[in-house]
Amino acid sequence: MRFLFKTDYEDDIRLFPHSGYVVSYGILLALLLIAPYVLSSYLMSQLVFVCIYATVGVALLILTGFTGQASLGHAAFLAIGAYTAAYLQKYNVPFPVYFLAAGILTGCIGALVGFPALRLQGIYLVIATISFAFIIEEILARWESVTNGNEGMRIKAVSLLGVTVSRDSPTFYFLCLAVLVLTIVGTLNLLRSPTGRAFVAIRDSETAARSMGINVALYKVKSFAISAAITGFAGVLFAHKLSFISPEMFTLQLSIEFIIVILIGGTFSLHGAVLGAIFIVMIDPFLTYLKDDMPGIIAGIAATFGAGMQTAANIQAKVAAFASLNGLKGAIYGIIIVLFVLFEPLGLYGRWLKIKLFFQLFPLYKRATFKRQKIYVKSERNR
Amino acid sequence: MLDFVQQLVSGVALGCVYGLIALGFVLVYKATEVVNFAQGDLMMLGGFFAFTFIGMMGLNYWIGFAGAVAAMALFGMLAERVVVRPILGYPQFSIIMATIGLGYFLRSVAGMVWGTDDFKIDTPFSQGVLRIGSLVLAYDKLSVIAATVILCTLLWLFFNKTTLGTAMRASSENMLAAYYMGIPVKRVVSIVWAISAAVATCAGVLLAPITFIHSNVGLVLGLKAFPAAVLGGFGSIPGAVVGGVLIGVIESMAGFYLAEGWKDVAPYIVLLAVLLLKPEGLFGLHVRKKV
Repeated sequence: MRFLFKTDYEDDIRLFPHSGYVVSYGILLALLLIAPYVLSSYLMSQLVFVCIYATVGVALLILTGFTGQASLGHAAFLAIGAYTAAYLQKYNVPFPVYFLAAGILTGCIGALVGFPALRLQGIYLVIATISFAFIIEEILARWESVTNGNEGMRIKAVSLLGVTVSRDSPTFYFLCLAVLVLTIVGTLNLLRSPTGRAFVAIRDSETAARSMGINVALYKVKSFAISAAITGFAGVLFAHKLSFISPEMFTLQLSIEFIIVILIGGTFSLHGAVLGAIFIVMIDPFLTYLKDDMPGIIAGIAATFGAGMQTAANIQAKVAAFASLNGLKGAIYGIIIVLFVLFEPLGLYGRWLKIKLFFQLFPLYKRATFKRQKIYVKSERNR
Repeated sequence: MLDFVQQLVSGVALGCVYGLIALGFVLVYKATEVVNFAQGDLMMLGGFFAFTFIGMMGLNYWIGFAGAVAAMALFGMLAERVVVRPILGYPQFSIIMATIGLGYFLRSVAGMVWGTDDFKIDTPFSQGVLRIGSLVLAYDKLSVIAATVILCTLLWLFFNKTTLGTAMRASSENMLAAYYMGIPVKRVVSIVWAISAAVATCAGVLLAPITFIHSNVGLVLGLKAFPAAVLGGFGSIPGAVVGGVLIGVIESMAGFYLAEGWKDVAPYIVLLAVLLLKPEGLFGLHVRKKV
């Protein structure tokens, strides 16, 4: 086990606390860089979605995880980014310009949303962000001169430095990966700066933060703006990846999906956004795989336990019929969310930390280390 | 003028449905400070239960209604026991996520069991209309208004005049203190969930002749009822109904007088405006933290 001896505040906020970090993240980055030459094109496409979802996840973590302001309206920010890109592209604006413009515009709108949100708390903030998302969705559907209404907009491939980058090419993947890595590094730097510490202070107690001299209103608006801007950047990539956008893609469903990303990944660390994004993007192909292969496997098991040929075939048909029921995916989704909230409140990254600690302290690990305190006094209402 | 009154009445009727669902939100919130995002789906499930009893098994309307309410009350208790009780006391956000997950689950299961078609329940009052001068009022809409008024009064009396109601308010204020005072908090919470599921079922059954029952109705109406509860100030029973009626009237007026598209957005714009001026809703309590 490694003991870190810190003698200075600089030691405490270092980006890489020890050399192990450099090695492991270096290996991860190397693997990600050779991925396009190893993985199949389907997996590559999924990996691009992981990058985009993880970027949004990081944005949401800044707002929800670190500033404690819940938002169910991030699909709207994504939509604003995507539509800005699509609109500017029609007028032959080069990619770097509209990429930045989308982020800045979304950031400004995020700040505008942040102002009314200053006075709102908890459930009122959730409903205000939902309302905002609904209004944006309706505007996208009705403002036909700009957004083309419900017919949606097509987006041409990225053209970068005179080269056309198709949405399935490795270059587009590297672009998404670069945005994700820059976002993560930027966010890590933000969180170890005074701004980041102010965010965390506001999350833990607004009253205490205010009495420490933190301008709560300013930092809340900042948090909204930063989170929205990052989501806007992700929106540009999202639009390019799909190559077609329409208002019904950016519904409440998508906002909930983003929340699920950070909930399943873990809301207390940026690792959570990436792990959650992998989970959300990969669950679809995984369920499809189960649907195709499960009936055969179950029938095989039944056969080995002495079921006859006829019964096995019967079982296979029944399981197949059950697996192709319409709403099964939604039900599994729901069960996964509930199970995570009930049994793994710290998310996938929390589970990883628990496993790591178990081996570090081998015979001395206590379950109670990660136990959260229950509060029965209604603190959230009169925060 | 006549158009206006007609729109007003249909808006009030629609608003009462929102109000009924919002009542369920408020009840659970009042007693446990849990925001139940699955409330609309409980309503949908109640509607399907009633449809099963009345439409498929051919029971009398009122018996089927009572059966559905009883079944859903039990289901509400079950949902509380399985999903909510283990996470009581944790941050509000995790409980919201758990109920969103529950909503997903119920919606999909209802879709699998009853299919994705629209269903209709025949009621004793689904056909007739009441004529006052040249004003035409459908009985099914009037029944919703009447039921809302009755339920709201009963619940208000229950919360303010009975021992159990007082116990519920106490456990909402501070669960631990209520427990020390001898209130069986767990049982109280479980009863609240039963009541809120029963209220949701009433909404579902009364709604069936107006909008039909299908597996997504809970999501659609829940998302309207939720602003209603917030508008009235979460945690206020009259507030829920007033908020619901306001949302309903705004929606039907906007649908009639404004251009297409405003109908769905107008309630949210009004909600945002109200939240800007009064962040705790119309009837909400503003509590400051004591340090």
